[in-house]
Amino acid sequence: MTDGAIIEARELTKTFHVGDVDVHALRGVNLSVARGEFLSVVGPSGSGKSTLFHILGGLTPPTSGSVMIEGRDLIQMSDADRTSLRKKIVGFVFQKYNLLPTLTAEENIEIARDIAGSPARPAAFDSIVKLLGIEGRLHHKPRALSGGEQQRVAIARAIVNDPAILLADEPTGNLDTQNSQVVLDLLRRLNHEFGQTILMITHNPEAAAYSDRIVHMRDGRIEQL
Amino acid sequence: MINRLVFENLKHRPVRTLLSALAIGVQVVLMLTLVGVSEGMLHDVAERSRGTGADVIIRAPGSSILTFSSGTMDERIVGKVREQPHVALATGSLVHPVGNAFNAIAGINLAQFNEMSGGFQYIEGGPFTEPHDMIIDSVDASEAHLHAGSVVDFGVPWRVTGIVVPGKMSRMFADLKSVQDTYSSSGQVSVIWVKVDQPQNIPLVVDEFKKLLPGYGVWSLADYVSLVSADNVPMLREFTGVVIGIGAVIGFLVVFLSMYTAVLERTREIGILKALGASPGYVLGILLRETVLLAMVGMIAGIALSYGARALLTQFAPNFTTIIVYSWWPRAGLIALLAALIGAIYPGLKAARQDPIEALSYD
Repeated sequence: MTDGAIIEARELTKTFHVGDVDVHALRGVNLSVARGEFLSVVGPSGSGKSTLFHILGGLTPPTSGSVMIEGRDLIQMSDADRTSLRKKIVGFVFQKYNLLPTLTAEENIEIARDIAGSPARPAAFDSIVKLLGIEGRLHHKPRALSGGEQQRVAIARAIVNDPAILLADEPTGNLDTQNSQVVLDLLRRLNHEFGQTILMITHNPEAAAYSDRIVHMRDGRIEQL
Repeated sequence: MINRLVFENLKHRPVRTLLSALAIGVQVVLMLTLVGVSEGMLHDVAERSRGTGADVIIRAPGSSILTFSSGTMDERIVGKVREQPHVALATGSLVHPVGNAFNAIAGINLAQFNEMSGGFQYIEGGPFTEPHDMIIDSVDASEAHLHAGSVVDFGVPWRVTGIVVPGKMSRMFADLKSVQDTYSSSGQVSVIWVKVDQPQNIPLVVDEFKKLLPGYGVWSLADYVSLVSADNVPMLREFTGVVIGIGAVIGFLVVFLSMYTAVLERTREIGILKALGASPGYVLGILLRETVLLAMVGMIAGIALSYGARALLTQFAPNFTTIIVYSWWPRAGLIALLAALIGAIYPGLKAARQDPIEALSYD
């Protein structure tokens, strides 16, 4: 593992079996992400970005290769190990926010803590909420929040358990330009002020420009490191 | 927090939640009403037996414990019984089924029966005097809308001369000879009621009658009343079991369908929970907690509805004496809960095994 790397993928492949056809979504990805880095993965649809996101987030196992996250080898992990990874090591931000509609913003954040089994709010909770500008919206349900507010709540939920890595999949894909800028600014501040490692998937070069480094994917491979 | 999610999930679909709880409630009320009716009717039989004032009861060989109309014996036995030591009073009655399956007319010697039981309390009219006169208790009178002066056809017309307070052996009474002659049972009685001179002599009298009348049913009234239970009613346990089983299947199906549709509807939310690191056990736990909450609400609704069912039966079918059997509340609740939990297992496992990526892409 590269010194200081929090994610290290080597010759990572993922093959889906669709009927009688094998679909090679990843064809030998090599990627290293340093602790505290803000990295964007850019590529067209079908390039394998989302598959990489799902593997790094422990949502699906890789087919071959090696991928180390915080010193843990994903290829060796059972379903229970990947569940534990999602609980404690990675936090997700999705394009569609994916908040639970029946809970308030605060409860959406709290449930992530409950699932992780964290006994109390992290010390930084209030400052995170303040940083995200959602302190006045915590008692509202998602349907009463704008898209930008929902995404900020989703970011708060993703980092409430102090994950080693924040994975963001097209976090501005459903937002207008103004809200996109707010969300991207927040991600950058989280990275700069809290040292949060962020890996962002996007097809938008302007969004990618907020990150420290950009890698391109095409046909299941990283084109440029 | 998980409890909050469970509560909000149920609140999110109020109609489905209410209907599911109500269906579980129907299952509970079905059980409680059935048990309430069977226990109530048996309790009524016991109370009406006590109402005769007798200490010992004699039945013909092979007759049913629970119905006074089954089996007859020679009326002359009453005379023999009366001659035995420690017997203060003895009177025979012939109970003949009439009308529906739950009604019977009791032929009694009014003077003897009054002496033993303390006499009837008349709400309307007075005692029977003519061969086809009868008196009827207020329960039957209310159900059949009868009053003093009404005529009832039980094969032959019977004139109601009085309405009495219930609680003495039967609901309809007429002169013993009239009942015997009308229903081709001349010289026959179906029950002999005996009053003993001193309570401490009851066991002695019972033993003597058993020797005197081998094969006959002879019990002290206390023993007889203790035999009037669901265990001694042929097929009642089985019938109750079948009805409870049907109720449990209803509860199972309702919860299964309710939870199955909830899981389908919440596929994406399940994906979110799994992405946040929720284990299969955590997801299953949410569904099972929802089920327990539904079952508890259903149980409370069922208990409340059982009071309504009792009120309806009392109003429209007073012959079905219904009581609230408190000891069955936890039993009915447990059965409903188990049926509901079994119904939730498959949807719960389906949710727990949900692939998070597929679930998150579900719209």
